[in-house]
Amino acid sequence: MEDRQIILQVKNLRQHFPIDGGGLLKKTVGYIRAVDGISFDVYKGETVGIVGESGCGKSTTVRSIAQLYKPTTGEVLFHGVDLCKADKDTLLKERRNIQMIFQDPYASLDPRMTVRNIIMEPLKVYNSRGLLEKKYTDDELDERVKDLMEKVGINKAFVNRYPHEFSGGQRQRIGIARALALRPEIILADEPVSALDVSIQAQILNLISDIQKEMGVTFIFIAHDLGVIQHISHRVIVMYLGKIMEVAGSDELYSRPLHPYTEALLSAAPIPDPKVERNRQRIVLEGDVPSPDKERHCCYFYDRCSKRMDKCAHCVPPMFDCGNGHKVACFLYDDKPVAEPADDQPTEGELKLKEKQEKRQGKAKA
Amino acid sequence: MSSFKDKEILLEVKDLRTYFKTDNGILKAVDGVSFVVHEGETVGLVGESGCGKSVTNLSIMRLVPSPPGKIVGGEVIYRGTDIMKLSEKELRGIRGNKISMIFQDPMTSLNPYLRISTQMIETIRLHQDMTKAQARERAITMLKLVGIPSAETRIDCYPHQFSGGMRQRVMIAMALSCNADLLIADEPTTALDVTIQAQILELIKKISAELKTAVILITHDLGVVAGMCDKVCVMYAGRIVESALTDELYSNPAHPYTRGLIASVPKMDGNREERLFSIEGQPPNVIDLPPCCPFHPRCDRTCEVCRHAYPPVKQIGEDHYVACWLNCSEEERQEAMNGGDK
Repeated sequence: MEDRQIILQVKNLRQHFPIDGGGLLKKTVGYIRAVDGISFDVYKGETVGIVGESGCGKSTTVRSIAQLYKPTTGEVLFHGVDLCKADKDTLLKERRNIQMIFQDPYASLDPRMTVRNIIMEPLKVYNSRGLLEKKYTDDELDERVKDLMEKVGINKAFVNRYPHEFSGGQRQRIGIARALALRPEIILADEPVSALDVSIQAQILNLISDIQKEMGVTFIFIAHDLGVIQHISHRVIVMYLGKIMEVAGSDELYSRPLHPYTEALLSAAPIPDPKVERNRQRIVLEGDVPSPDKERHCCYFYDRCSKRMDKCAHCVPPMFDCGNGHKVACFLYDDKPVAEPADDQPTEGELKLKEKQEKRQGKAKA
Repeated sequence: MSSFKDKEILLEVKDLRTYFKTDNGILKAVDGVSFVVHEGETVGLVGESGCGKSVTNLSIMRLVPSPPGKIVGGEVIYRGTDIMKLSEKELRGIRGNKISMIFQDPMTSLNPYLRISTQMIETIRLHQDMTKAQARERAITMLKLVGIPSAETRIDCYPHQFSGGMRQRVMIAMALSCNADLLIADEPTTALDVTIQAQILELIKKISAELKTAVILITHDLGVVAGMCDKVCVMYAGRIVESALTDELYSNPAHPYTRGLIASVPKMDGNREERLFSIEGQPPNVIDLPPCCPFHPRCDRTCEVCRHAYPPVKQIGEDHYVACWLNCSEEERQEAMNGGDK
């Protein structure tokens, strides 16, 4: 991709959720570190895939980008504007260009709204505030809804139907039409094909790549299926326990995975070919993903890694630049230049919590 | 992979039909399914949601909720006895003992109120003549076999203290604790992550080889089938449209649906610029299906006869059966066309 223009920058994003200890006072007893200091850039017109196991913070990342959660620390720069610090009006204006598609086509559409109302809602919101190119009349908006339905492959005649009259694949098409309604620059797709059958999944994936070719929309695409990610994305981010383990071009990552976690992930994915499947050597990871409620000062993958070294237990590996846009957070590659330093400073909330706990311990001793 | 033809037949399903009565009409969830499981064999049942995979297996165990469901015809012969004709009491001797099941969701298939030990000991003592202490001993051995660390203490934990993968291990241990010789696994890894899925599949493979258990694996994931099964049956709209040995099926799929299904999986070595092959349209509603090939509206090679009659099952190779008019002779098609008009 030539003359790449950065459209979105995520800098050291953290999203910690407080755990309350129960009881009346709901005292905070710790934090779930769902996303723990990640940075990446997104270029115009590309598809960035985020892949990882459940609980690795994929969905939280895109939700924090869309400002559905207020990030704990970090910056999300969209065209140079920091969304985390933006006021309500700026946010409303910028959000027009950031839309989402959700995983569950059953839960993400209001069952009491007709298809027309569902697709028209974002248009109406922006139209009534005068934030669209011009004021549209209701008839013009209706025309736009029908165009959108045609674009995503739903019969225009169904405009007055309700979501329950459609199948899962068709509902996902409605969700895509809604996301496209404001002609956004970037669409955050949170596992849009995970709930669908293989044959329908292929239809939706084709639709998404057609839309991208036609409208030049940038996608951030989440999936846990490695085959889907390889097919749809130009670049892939591998996440584990709220950290980025590896970033690389899609072909590069699949042909030359560097991080032990990526290797294991790729080797665990079943391949629909019995001959390949029987002869391949599987790296079976031991154990489960640990709970993200602890502060870690070691490599996040340390517990399950087959190539761990002493060094990994003591500090968080920074991102090493292996050239060609391939970055990896693993000390196996520490002869390479550092791309981004690791940052494992505790957040404000955690510092306060620690202070309190130390005080209490001091009291108990006394 | 060796054929299991010379092994003894363990389970034979013949023309099984399970219908559900709904307000909109009769829903033919399973409509004439036949297949054979040999001893020690792993058979895969593949298909999209709603094609009748799960109902087939519930019917084998006679677990279909009735009403609204009803097994209206067919035989399920397990070691010479027809399960459909057994009394409820005789059936209990087979269910969970000789044929056992693991389900998709390990979160809901264990009782959250009871300790693992209580649940396992109950199962074992129900089917085997053992004292409590012996049953507990047996349960611990099984838990060790499925790779649960420090099984002696973990056995007294509650299900919520285990992770998803561990719970599925407990389920497998429980299912196999009575020396079952057929394990029905209904989407055992769908709710799990890829790395955990790999662990569980390895475990099922290892244990079925060790205990010589036959497995019926229900899944929608063609990758899982490729690695696990000896034989595959592809289901569509309540019927098996193609069945073959795994290698044969993947290298030489005969039914257009199988071909489409294999082609529409995004492959990790695939070319990104290429469009994925996709089967257009939706799976049919199985209520009041007309007597024709249910796949014809989505098929890229339909002909006149597909709209008139359901294709007969043809053998096109060793252990390779397919139900498609493309594999029938011209006379047969003509006959079906004429027969359809009468």
